[in-house]
Amino acid sequence: MEPFTIHTGVVAALDRANVDTDQIIPKQFLKRIERTGFGEFLFFDWRFLADGSPNPDFELNAPELADASILLARRNFGCGSSREHAPWALGDYGFRVVIAPTFADIFYSNCFQNGILPIRLEETDVDELFRRSEAGPSRLTVDLTTQTISDDSGFSRGFEIDAFRRRSLLEGLDAIGLTLQHAAAIDEWEQAHGVPQG
Amino acid sequence: MATPRSLLDKIWDQHVVCAPAGEQPLIYIDLHLVHEVTSPQAFEGLRLAGRKVRRPGKTFATPDHNVPTTDRSLPIADPISRQQIDTLRNNCREFGVRLFDLDDADQGIVHVIGPEMGLTQPGMTIVCGDSHTATHGALGALAFGIGTSEVEHVLATQTLRQSKPKSLELRVEGELAPGVTAKDLVLFLIGKISTEGGTGSVIEYTGPCIRRLSMEQRMTVCNMSIEGGARAGMIAPDATTFDYLRGRDFAPHNFDAAVAKWELLASDPGCHYDRTEVFNGADVVPQVTWGTNPAQVVGVDAVVPDPASLTTAADRDSATRALEYMGLAGGAKITDIPLDRVFIGSCTNSRIEDLREAARVVRGYRVASSISAMVVPGSGRVKRQAEAEGLDSIFREAGFDWREAGCSMCLGMNPDTLAVGERCASTSNRNFEGRQGKGGRTHLVSPSMAAAAAINGHFTDIRGWNYNG
Ligand code: SF4
Repeated sequence: MEPFTIHTGVVAALDRANVDTDQIIPKQFLKRIERTGFGEFLFFDWRFLADGSPNPDFELNAPELADASILLARRNFGCGSSREHAPWALGDYGFRVVIAPTFADIFYSNCFQNGILPIRLEETDVDELFRRSEAGPSRLTVDLTTQTISDDSGFSRGFEIDAFRRRSLLEGLDAIGLTLQHAAAIDEWEQAHGVPQG
Repeated sequence: MATPRSLLDKIWDQHVVCAPAGEQPLIYIDLHLVHEVTSPQAFEGLRLAGRKVRRPGKTFATPDHNVPTTDRSLPIADPISRQQIDTLRNNCREFGVRLFDLDDADQGIVHVIGPEMGLTQPGMTIVCGDSHTATHGALGALAFGIGTSEVEHVLATQTLRQSKPKSLELRVEGELAPGVTAKDLVLFLIGKISTEGGTGSVIEYTGPCIRRLSMEQRMTVCNMSIEGGARAGMIAPDATTFDYLRGRDFAPHNFDAAVAKWELLASDPGCHYDRTEVFNGADVVPQVTWGTNPAQVVGVDAVVPDPASLTTAADRDSATRALEYMGLAGGAKITDIPLDRVFIGSCTNSRIEDLREAARVVRGYRVASSISAMVVPGSGRVKRQAEAEGLDSIFREAGFDWREAGCSMCLGMNPDTLAVGERCASTSNRNFEGRQGKGGRTHLVSPSMAAAAAINGHFTDIRGWNYNG
């Protein structure tokens, strides 16, 4: 997994609450058996009109957001289906950070498996970031080493993150490899609980 | 005396493999259910790393999301769906995982077949790459949905990295009124706690109203925990649970010894919950969702809310957006909303009791001419049981389509979808934009409410229904 340390990028503001994973990546694209190539289908039903042309009213279609890599959203982002295709699509599209007041649990942990940093900020701080992006695209710098998020015009906040998840992202750890270092403990647990081999 | 522990505490404590300093604890997984949509990349990951499935005997697979519900003897028309199902078959063969394939008599929605075969048991930790895994918590298990990377992790190690979740007790006193079902209860609860009320938590449903529910009704309640934000929902096992499990295929051979152990799982009196909320079953009326998330719900006797009447700006915004998508206006009576389609099925409401409940409403009536209606049983077994009881004839004679088992129009990955603008009364669990088909409009209801809507062409308060026999 690609490590995450510090990232600076353009903020795309998506002013909606309860964005579910069905919107992030609609079901018709879940039939692929690969992990890659989902970016072109991100927010498909919002992004494109019935004739396949980009929907000019959809926030992310603004030309100045073409390079956006930080997604700003409202409460309960990523609710609904457990599909990891959602972070695959976000990552493939170019997002490395998602900022929202709250996230749904499964989406939140899926992000970490894919080098995407989900950041919970206070609702008032999220409001402030939305205000700052009203006039035009804003830029933010997200530093995981110091757990801070800042811009060039005076916004600076710390954020909380579980220490193990932070380390996993910083070092781009292979989760399975790390667990296999505890293989003896797993064997022991199985023996203690009479788990048959196989 | 030992500190009183909750059901969650007991299962958790038993399953912690190790908690190395600076890492999330590793918990052992007793049962891993696998389906075709969220597993291909996980098996591919194993292959690339040269890893095996650690405990194939604890891993069971079935295709459900993508499968056609029409004639199973025909090849699957959509080549990409077919490829995904073939991939599952090949992966199961290569890694030695037991598969209930498309032509297997036991195939069905993963959350229906687990309990019905007795794979799901009290005290277990159960995962599946699917958010409705919470269903299995109805039997007193800790069961939750995981992503595909975690599926790979469990396949390879039979464990998961997990910090202990918070506990949320939803206690329901009293009793449900006649005509009011478990589906109405859970929609009501989600309406109260909101779509994120359970985030970070495992819900334990307690109280006399929950105790009175049958096993299948408990599954309906736990199934929708995720719609309230909770990764898992659970109900302490009791006589209802043990009676349900006795004699099922995978139930323990020494059943009485198992029951003696399971009886110890119930939360101890006075145990700690991080939060408790108390409701009364008598306050629940039949529910209908009006918006695009399951918390946007009212009683059938109410009107669609006027966004302006909502308290927070965020609620007003999302209600306005939802009503625009749903083609509804604030103030409209729920019973005046006309429908085009009716779907009875999904892991929430496709079990035999659900079909009995709907058939009882339908008996002797015809589906309204404006409506196209279908029943999709949750599994091959449910289908055969319903046919043995003659429920299929009741549905067919009334004008319902009677289908093969699968997820079907719950998410419309197969050909069963809504067209743009079509309005559907559905017994499934998600009314998100486009969930049942792009531009489709979903109203979540109970099986009997869906059946009544099919007959009358619009929502009808089931409490006043005139049953034929
Ligand atoms: S029936 Fe619907 S919610 Fe249940 S597993 Fe299938 S797609 Fe998911």
